[in-house]
Amino acid sequence: MAAVSLENWVERIRDPKIECMSKDEMAALQGKRLVDVVERAYNHVDFYHKKMKDAGVEPGDIKSIEDISKLPFTTKEDLRDHYPFGLLAIPMKDVARVQGTSGTTGKLTIAPYSQKDVEVWGECVARGLTMAGLTSEDIIHVCYGYGLFTGGMGLDYGAQALGATAIPMSAGNTKRQMMCMEDLGATAFACTPSYALYLAESLAEAGAVDRLKLKVGIHGAEPWTEEMRKKIESILHINCFDIYGLCEITGPGVAQDCIHKEGLHVHWDYFYPEVINPATQEMCKDAETGELVFTTLAKEAMPLIRYRTKDLTSIDHSTCKCGRTLPRISKFTGRTDDMKVIRGVNVFPTQVETALLSIGGAVAPHYMMIVDREDNMDVLTVMVEVDESMFSDEIRKLDALRNKIAAVLKNALGISVRVKLVEPKTIQRSEGKAVRVIDNRDL
Amino acid sequence: MGITIQQLSVFLENREGRLDEVLSVLAGNDINIVALSLADTAEYGMLRMIVSDPNRGKAVLKENGITSMLTDVVALRVPHETGSLSRAMHQIVEGDVNIEYMYAFANGEDASAVMKTDDPARVVDILRGSGFDVWEASEAYVSNIK
Repeated sequence: MAAVSLENWVERIRDPKIECMSKDEMAALQGKRLVDVVERAYNHVDFYHKKMKDAGVEPGDIKSIEDISKLPFTTKEDLRDHYPFGLLAIPMKDVARVQGTSGTTGKLTIAPYSQKDVEVWGECVARGLTMAGLTSEDIIHVCYGYGLFTGGMGLDYGAQALGATAIPMSAGNTKRQMMCMEDLGATAFACTPSYALYLAESLAEAGAVDRLKLKVGIHGAEPWTEEMRKKIESILHINCFDIYGLCEITGPGVAQDCIHKEGLHVHWDYFYPEVINPATQEMCKDAETGELVFTTLAKEAMPLIRYRTKDLTSIDHSTCKCGRTLPRISKFTGRTDDMKVIRGVNVFPTQVETALLSIGGAVAPHYMMIVDREDNMDVLTVMVEVDESMFSDEIRKLDALRNKIAAVLKNALGISVRVKLVEPKTIQRSEGKAVRVIDNRDL
Repeated sequence: MGITIQQLSVFLENREGRLDEVLSVLAGNDINIVALSLADTAEYGMLRMIVSDPNRGKAVLKENGITSMLTDVVALRVPHETGSLSRAMHQIVEGDVNIEYMYAFANGEDASAVMKTDDPARVVDILRGSGFDVWEASEAYVSNIK
């Protein structure tokens, strides 16, 4: 147990030249890289050639980073239409590896990497690990899945670039995770926030927390709330950091927050972020929420230009207290995909999580939302686990708890909710991405 | 000498085979069920049991991923006579104590009524003061075993 307080925090910056670069110098670097990536895409990818022609733009029109707004957007549908290798900008023999999404919506989304792309990926994750205070002295227990999913490999490459020790646990088998975490002396661990919470609860239950050397948690791949972060931090006495990425762009390491936890620093020398209004496609001002759009400024294998992520966030270009000039994107409220319109009201799973955690210790933030349509009316059922401490043998008390949860959810979401209490530890803990919503409506 | 006995309570989701799972875990671990009550609502059930070893019962259920809790209850001994339960209840009501729930089981010569109340000590006082007796844990957990 080695809790870190902000008072004796020593900020480490892996690449101060880039991470603290002045806006003008950065814009010049980004402009140079944009010109290059647009040329490569136009000349080597038929899809981009045609798309730019249709939009009446030529590589010659792109001279600086400001010119990015002249370029057309790329969407997830475009990736799907060119599955698997239709957007490749290098010969297949130069593709070093392929990763993919967990494929929650059907077909896989494939992301090929050149050897240099892999190095950039590791470098960006290493910047994040350094941001979290880790050095080559650290032992990083990676319980993200290893496989097509980018989580395991991404953190592994990051640990390698940092010179730290990686323990490639992969996901699953919580008992073995706990044993290795203790025996091998992990100082940091990386996994999804929902699995982190499950692991933290299991460690606490086994009375193992005080025997750990853990000081840092690196968590991402699903949206999570500040309340969830505080819960994991308080159980394990560590600092948790939010890491963001998507496999199309590079996987984890596109952005991560620093100790000040006031937004996730985007490595914008490689991944240029824009936030747009998803309806009008106009640029949002700083602090305005919109859809995050990325252009990969250095990617060789599959460059993406103005790729619409469907993730909702806002951006802040001011210099952070940590000294970095890398812009910060706010913690995610969710993806446009996860958002459900229920009886005309926008509902995000993260809102449910926040509401449940606000009730206090009684309710575990493990939940499942089920949306049905009965007699042309949307019905939202939220399955909530009753914590062992609140479990009662009296039906009256359980009903009172259920009514209280329903009232808190109604207040938070603005629609009435059916609450179904379920047995503790019965909602599936995810080892990859937690499935929080089942929509049974035939829309 | 304890005046209350421990009841093993299990929250059951209404899904197929759940009760069977709980019972087979207990059976497989040689835990005898002396008395049982199953309350149900539209969404879930509450299984309440008096068993031969409540602590071990809770432990083996936990090992099998089933959450349960132990609750202190009073087990009233009522003679097999018409009106005896009514008389006991009358005394409790007069004494102004609330009974949360109750269930009964036969027990050789006597019958027994398990009661959950907010004030078990007072209930026992009232009952003993009016000529009734309660089971002690050591007797209740092994009753009906031949």
